[in-house]
Amino acid sequence: MMARVRPKLAVFKFASCDGCQLTLLDAEDHLLEVAGQVDICYFLEATSRVVDGPYDLALVEGSITTAHDAARIREVRRNARFLITLGACATAGGIQSLRNWGNLPEFLQAVYARPEYIQTLATSTAIAAHVSVDFELRGCPINKAQLLDVLRAFLADRRPNVPKHSVCLDCKRHGTVCIMVAQGVPCMGPITQTGCGALCPSYDRGCYGCYGPCEQSQGEAWGRSLVRSGQPVPTVLHQLRSFNAGAEDWRQAGDSLDNCASTAGPARTEEPRS
Amino acid sequence: MTNRVTTTQETKATTDAVRLLPRDRLADLFHALTARGYQVIGPRVDQGAIIYDQLTSVEELPRGWTDEQGPGYYRLKRREDDDAFGYVVGPHSWKRYLFPPLVTLARIERDGEDWHIESQPESPVKRAFLGVRACELAAIAVQDRVFLSQAYVDPIYQARRESVCLIAANCTQAAATCFCTSMDTGPRCRSGFDLAITEIAAGYIVEVGSELGASLAADLPLRPASPEDQADGEAARARAVAQIERTLDTHDIRALLMNNLDHPQWDDVGQRCLSCTNCTMVCPTCFCCSVTEVGDLTEQHIERQRQWDSCFHPDFSYINGGQVRGQVRSRYRQWLTHKLATWIDQFDVSGCVGCGRCITWCPVGIDLTEEVAAIRGNPS
Repeated sequence: MMARVRPKLAVFKFASCDGCQLTLLDAEDHLLEVAGQVDICYFLEATSRVVDGPYDLALVEGSITTAHDAARIREVRRNARFLITLGACATAGGIQSLRNWGNLPEFLQAVYARPEYIQTLATSTAIAAHVSVDFELRGCPINKAQLLDVLRAFLADRRPNVPKHSVCLDCKRHGTVCIMVAQGVPCMGPITQTGCGALCPSYDRGCYGCYGPCEQSQGEAWGRSLVRSGQPVPTVLHQLRSFNAGAEDWRQAGDSLDNCASTAGPARTEEPRS
Repeated sequence: MTNRVTTTQETKATTDAVRLLPRDRLADLFHALTARGYQVIGPRVDQGAIIYDQLTSVEELPRGWTDEQGPGYYRLKRREDDDAFGYVVGPHSWKRYLFPPLVTLARIERDGEDWHIESQPESPVKRAFLGVRACELAAIAVQDRVFLSQAYVDPIYQARRESVCLIAANCTQAAATCFCTSMDTGPRCRSGFDLAITEIAAGYIVEVGSELGASLAADLPLRPASPEDQADGEAARARAVAQIERTLDTHDIRALLMNNLDHPQWDDVGQRCLSCTNCTMVCPTCFCCSVTEVGDLTEQHIERQRQWDSCFHPDFSYINGGQVRGQVRSRYRQWLTHKLATWIDQFDVSGCVGCGRCITWCPVGIDLTEEVAAIRGNPS
């Protein structure tokens, strides 16, 4: 029997905080297993050893915010058989996509002493807006167990077992009482993809939406219901426009609420309807 | 049907005098259960709600608490008295203990080119459910039909169900979301319990529903209920009936829904529904689940797990490259028509017991009784 050739793995970083690739290092015990199953050829955060491509699997973290990176991601794609994006930046543009609603020259003037040295795009966009992506792993940051499953799936040539349902399903499986219904706390759980195991609601905190929209997310219906129940439009907008502001459903939901804010009906009181 | 579970818990006509457990002797019931080896599962206050959990004493019961409910709304409130069962139903249902949210079905080990599959039955834990409402008894009877009455019996449900003792509590009030009277399931507990209690100022009027219940009652310091006690019990139960305002017209409901599969109301609700799965998770009869194999990195050791799933989860209907119900509208229609119509074809009973949980725990307050009324009011 021929010795199995280990697939070549590369990890690339674009505009991001490094938290997602750190998740791979944070896999600790499992990291050695991973290292035994793949040939880590390019992972600058872990090792200075660099082996040239092409690679069997490219893991990509971060969003595209410069013309240079827009060219570089095409090069990464050309050199990779499989390309998997990691985290909210790579799959939705990240928190930095808030610039898409702002005024870039104003930001540059406010932040940098010499703005003329800064070369940047007016937008922060997901990797999939630039090249084709084979699988998007969500989260801010990604979940270690899901990352390991994606690697297992790649090695076993199967579909990753990454559920796309709402956070609510996990709250209910765990027996966590709905904080939206029992406490009136705005929670993004009903429109957010699971991944964290419904962490925040179990600590009496509304879901922040770290994993982005669940499949067929109903962001607009969720937002309108919150506004009807008395939440101010800016509060709802701040929730929709966060780590995953650039995700399609939430971007549309936020823009729609923003546009209709002035025509919204009177706020509902806290009393239950019967 | 020769099902041991249902036959042992049939209510027997009893000519015994009506008896009362004094208010300060509720702990005796608790001890009678624990002395028989039962783990007591009952109501307690947690996370801003009355949930069901393992209790260590009657001190943990939600004395002096009640709940206020509406569509998408639940709040705990203080009562003026210190009743222990003066609430309605909360976010949990007993199905969590009979049809658990997550179970490991098998452990699978790779051995060279072979696989070894090991599937051990659960060792049954004796559980006593304390404070089961009439609608919840009806829900357990519905799940008995689903899991026990047909060709494929669920061994996990069966083992858990057969070791359960049911202590029912008649409702003495109703929530704005209750409609058990429309579904003919309550609020009076009629059958399917071992003991049923009605809480009044003097204590607990006790009814025996099975041999196990009779044996428990024999261990309790019961006294004959006075005419005043009995009148109090009747008044308390009548109060619950009087407070139920919500209705669901079930007349010919199967034909109504199945003849209106293209009604515009489905589009309307499809715009509001978040497809978040909450209604199905809190429903005491919903039984959907999925089975997943979870392996380690080398895929040498794999666990086959069953967990609660939902027809509102888009991938739940994923087969052969696509989703059968790819829109929120079609998923809501599937749920409601199954619950209220095709469930009758499948199990000869409605899937809805009128507990109102799906109304209360819907984060956007969708009310199935209103959806049905809208279709009935303007059939296509």
